Amino acid sequence: MLAALWIIVTATFFLMHSIPGDPFLGDKVTEAIRQNMLRKYGLDKPLWEQYVIYLGNLLRGDFGTSLKMLHRSVNDMIRDGFPVSALLGLEALAYAVTIGLVLGTLAGFRHNTWLDYLAMFVALIGISVPGFIMGGLMQYVIGLKLGWLPIARWEGFRYTIMPAAALGLGTLAVMARMMRTSVLEVTNQDYIKTAKAKGLSQREIVFRHILRNAILPIVTILGPLTAGIVTGSFVIELIFGIPGLGKYYVQSIFNRDYTLILGTTIFYAVLLVFLNFLVDVAYGIVDPRIRLMRSRE
Amino acid sequence: MFEPLQLGAGEGEAITRPPISYWREVVRRFRRNRLAVVGLVILIALLVFAFAGPLFTHWDPREQSLFDTNKPPSGEHWFGTDNLGRDMFARLCYGTKVSLFVGVMAALIDLVVGVIYGGISGYFGGAVDDVMMRVVDILYGIPYIIVAILLLVVIGPGLWSVILAMTITGWVGMARLVRGQVLQLKEQEYVLAARALGASHLGIILRHLIPNAMGVIIVQMTFTIPGAIFGEAFLSFIGLGVPLPLASLGTMANDGYQYLRIYPYQLIIPAIAIIMTMLGFNFVGDGLRDALDPKLRR
Repeated sequence: MLAALWIIVTATFFLMHSIPGDPFLGDKVTEAIRQNMLRKYGLDKPLWEQYVIYLGNLLRGDFGTSLKMLHRSVNDMIRDGFPVSALLGLEALAYAVTIGLVLGTLAGFRHNTWLDYLAMFVALIGISVPGFIMGGLMQYVIGLKLGWLPIARWEGFRYTIMPAAALGLGTLAVMARMMRTSVLEVTNQDYIKTAKAKGLSQREIVFRHILRNAILPIVTILGPLTAGIVTGSFVIELIFGIPGLGKYYVQSIFNRDYTLILGTTIFYAVLLVFLNFLVDVAYGIVDPRIRLMRSRE
Repeated sequence: MFEPLQLGAGEGEAITRPPISYWREVVRRFRRNRLAVVGLVILIALLVFAFAGPLFTHWDPREQSLFDTNKPPSGEHWFGTDNLGRDMFARLCYGTKVSLFVGVMAALIDLVVGVIYGGISGYFGGAVDDVMMRVVDILYGIPYIIVAILLLVVIGPGLWSVILAMTITGWVGMARLVRGQVLQLKEQEYVLAARALGASHLGIILRHLIPNAMGVIIVQMTFTIPGAIFGEAFLSFIGLGVPLPLASLGTMANDGYQYLRIYPYQLIIPAIAIIMTMLGFNFVGDGLRDALDPKLRR
């Protein structure tokens, strides 16, 4: 995990600094002012020295300063934006996990009934419609034509419903589909027959045997799915005008604000690698067999 | 009541139906899957639309006309015109072609790199495998969209930069998959036989292992293509997709989004095209997966 992080930081740093020119070349200022600017941001030092300084700052949790927005540090942006993004992401994840799992479970138990077809139809839409298109269409239909929910901005719970739904839809779909296959597979296992033969109640079989086992494959894909929600938030925040980190990130790309891109990229990478790590740990907790295999190695 | 039928020696063992090869069986199973066939039809329709569509319209996808901006769909402009007066029908054909190209190229590059890397890693095993898979593990942990964004910021947008950005870490999934297959297949007797007959390593990988892993590889590809199209559309939306005068479904959706309040058709038309592409590939992918792997069927 640390190796991956170090590679990301190093590659990002040198990639960003390999761009020809410097950030102030386009500004209409005299050479002396430009030199001063470069000195202020430490860009006049040799590259390896900048790298060592940057790495040192990172270890102390300092992501650097924005080049385009005066006196704003990347840390400020993360402090302002990340809680908003995290809230949006968690809400999206909550919708996706609850609705997705319920849909998938129902579809699995009512295999080949209208319920199954309905659930799989919803899942199909979720997989085929990109989040930003869904967001746009929802804004047009629900926000503008029907007027049920506010179209944009971030001022209370009502404002969060539409973006969170648009963001979570893809994940919801994947969840529902995986849960369905998983339930179908587990239901055909011998140990379910055994459980029935033992005379366990249907309730016990469903909750203690089928669902507990069926949920295992879902945990493995939670990592990529969370990553999907995090990256999906870039666009969703942009179109719904939500002041989250994703919006800052996309704006920094539009503005070519290199330190901000560098800082937020590293922040996102650390976040995602960490989330993946958490999922691995969670998987070990949920499935005792994995722990056993590891200890045998 | 019953009269025993006299069977000649070995007659009961005779094969009465013509043998069906693996691939013919795959085709048969695929055709019985209604959704998969629908998906295939959608894909063919998209291809026809992308390549034959321009023959039916005299408009140029790049030609702007400031007198004809934002015209709603009509007999003259079938899908209307956009904010620069470009014909949306011609532009959609063109955009579909570019999007499909990005998807297919990305999948092909993933295929070549992933198969070579995964094949070598799985076939030789041991220390080679350890080192190669450690590299893959590290790359796998890096979110691809962030790498893609970063790369495009640095090298600048362009058709091939987008494809490069989609594949720079995209091949890792394919490599893992191929390695897993090869690890399994190389223990088979026919590989031993080939080795005993003096086949070279490369020969075994190319002639025996890869063809047998082909089913899984093809399924992976049918999911990589829509993934790349999706990724390109996403990048277009944050201004890093294919640059003008090129157009893709993603850039068209992005352009349409700006005028959503007044001219909703400008988003809805490319949105439908993206959705159809996704549906088509996903249906075909699901169908192929079920057809190629009988174990997964129920």
